Amino acid sequence: MTFRFGLAAALAAGLMVAPVAGWAQQKIKMGVSIPAATHGWAGGLNWHAQQAEKRLEKQYPNLDVVIVTARDVGRQANDLEDLVSVQRIDALVILPFESAPMTDPVRAVKQAGKFVTVVDRGLTDPSIQDLYVAGNNPQMGEVSARFMKEKMGGKGDIVVLRGIPTVIDNQRVDAFMKEIEGTQIKVLGMQYANWNRDDGFKVMQDFLSRFPKIDAVWAQDDDIALGVIEAVKQAGREKEMFILGGAGMKDMIKRVMDKDVLVPADVLYPPAMIAEAMEITARHLVEKAPIQKEYIIEATLVTPENAAKYYYPDSPF
Amino acid sequence: MTPSVMPEAARKPSSGFDLKLYGPFLALAALIVLGTIVNPVFLSPGNIGNVLTRTAFIGIIAVGATFVITAGGIDLSVGSLAAFASGVMIVVMNALVGSMGAGLPVILVGVLVALGLGLAAGLVNGLLVTKGRMEAFIVTLGTMGIFRSLVTYIADGGTLSLNSEIRTIYRPVYYGGVFGISYPILAFAAVALVGALIMYRTRFGRHCAAIGSSEDVARYSAINVDRVKLLAFVLQGICVAIAVVIYVPRLGSASATTGLLWELEAIAAVIIGGTMLKGGYGRIWGTVVGAVMLTLIDNILNLTGAISVYLNGTIQGVIIIVAVLLQRGTVARR
Repeated sequence: MTFRFGLAAALAAGLMVAPVAGWAQQKIKMGVSIPAATHGWAGGLNWHAQQAEKRLEKQYPNLDVVIVTARDVGRQANDLEDLVSVQRIDALVILPFESAPMTDPVRAVKQAGKFVTVVDRGLTDPSIQDLYVAGNNPQMGEVSARFMKEKMGGKGDIVVLRGIPTVIDNQRVDAFMKEIEGTQIKVLGMQYANWNRDDGFKVMQDFLSRFPKIDAVWAQDDDIALGVIEAVKQAGREKEMFILGGAGMKDMIKRVMDKDVLVPADVLYPPAMIAEAMEITARHLVEKAPIQKEYIIEATLVTPENAAKYYYPDSPF
Repeated sequence: MTPSVMPEAARKPSSGFDLKLYGPFLALAALIVLGTIVNPVFLSPGNIGNVLTRTAFIGIIAVGATFVITAGGIDLSVGSLAAFASGVMIVVMNALVGSMGAGLPVILVGVLVALGLGLAAGLVNGLLVTKGRMEAFIVTLGTMGIFRSLVTYIADGGTLSLNSEIRTIYRPVYYGGVFGISYPILAFAAVALVGALIMYRTRFGRHCAAIGSSEDVARYSAINVDRVKLLAFVLQGICVAIAVVIYVPRLGSASATTGLLWELEAIAAVIIGGTMLKGGYGRIWGTVVGAVMLTLIDNILNLTGAISVYLNGTIQGVIIIVAVLLQRGTVARR
């Protein structure tokens, strides 16, 4: 009984890892390597990548898109090797987990003669990439700071919730701090909330106990912001402050659209940039369309006036 | 207590003061003093309420983990299971609003679904360990990955959000309470109490310790080892489900990040509380204290600006190690 069960399980496991991809001939193959959906923004990234895959494969019948997701830098490096040697891709669209460690693995792909598109996080050696599509992290911090400055009249007490300790987070926070320099805005406290709702909730609860007066919260990310909102509501201090998130999650855009006083605005850092990168790359591969070397997506401020333009009710993010 | 089945506990020379038993409580007291010095707000009823309410999830899961670990097993799947059960519960409740209307019945169905899932997951883990003759570590490592990816799949990689009408009705389960004590704290206390009764007053509790101590001896003593182990995993599953029932109303959402690393936190709480990782000796009240300590460390770090946020992990690590070092009495033995 036990033996038979074990055998069945082994067989099932074997079937699952058996290759499913066929041997397509004369097809152009585009590999897409992105981080797995381990937080809200990355979830949106995965959704947009899959939507783009469907759209592009329909538009260009001889294009084959292969999406691989990785949970960490090491796995992403392995994925690149597999894409080149097993999948035999012609082009790579990659959103690197971290800039520095992924630079050499991407260089190897380039040296194998593939077209390389880098998304969001720049490599330390930009000469490797053929195309660079990115959001602008320093600008995101700057736009956020400028909005808060205006809204607060240049003075007041704020708390800052940071993301996961990474280059991205540092760029945003550094630019933010630089922009509020010289004003009377005081940062009471700063803590990591890991781009995560639960952590946003916990950290904000503690900030609320610690500081009797908070005028505004820079949550930097919409997932964190949602946790913050709950904590503020629980403490009954909604009238005291406003919260600025970031990314462009549909729930938050909706709140801005509905003129929620707690959430007067949001700053875009759209996960849809992966779709844009895939489209530009595909057009270049198939139609040989000329391309610019760089596409930088602006960190747009979303206000009740323009919110409807950035609202994607079907996206999971 | 029952020295015949607790050789580990009995062999220790008791020199009047049992560090293993009281160590966790001493460490907790020290941490409370530290917190008060760092920021007087620490002792405010609001903060204490927040901390204890927050501890409830990990605490309830850790009570279940105490049984599994005492019986010599381990369950790595609890965090993923919490995420998966939360996700399924939300999806089911959202789907039922149309036919049943937003009301208490929908929430009751949701709660039953969560409990059923917890029970089923516990059975799967337990049966694979006992009938499948596999290591608990590998079985639950596997189910950990399965549950985590299932919730990611259901959520389409994004976040599942509870219907707002149901949310409004369900919300008080986390935010409400009686006599100023929140429901999560009450649930935590009830689970701990029942857990302590089972661990210290029932044959099952003693059998867990016996099996963790020596499986062969337990088997020769006519203990149904497989049944006890299976039951420990089922208890763990149910504890996770209870945690889910009070977790969902907090933020009304579940995603791939829900319950991330809860398994490690639960195991840490159990060990800080004095239970042996290799099994054979379990302490429920110690686990409760361990869970509270883990939340307190984060809380204290958030209440002070004196320590660079980059060093949070260091402080956490040092406090955990010192807490366990204290109770193992290494210093005293020299």
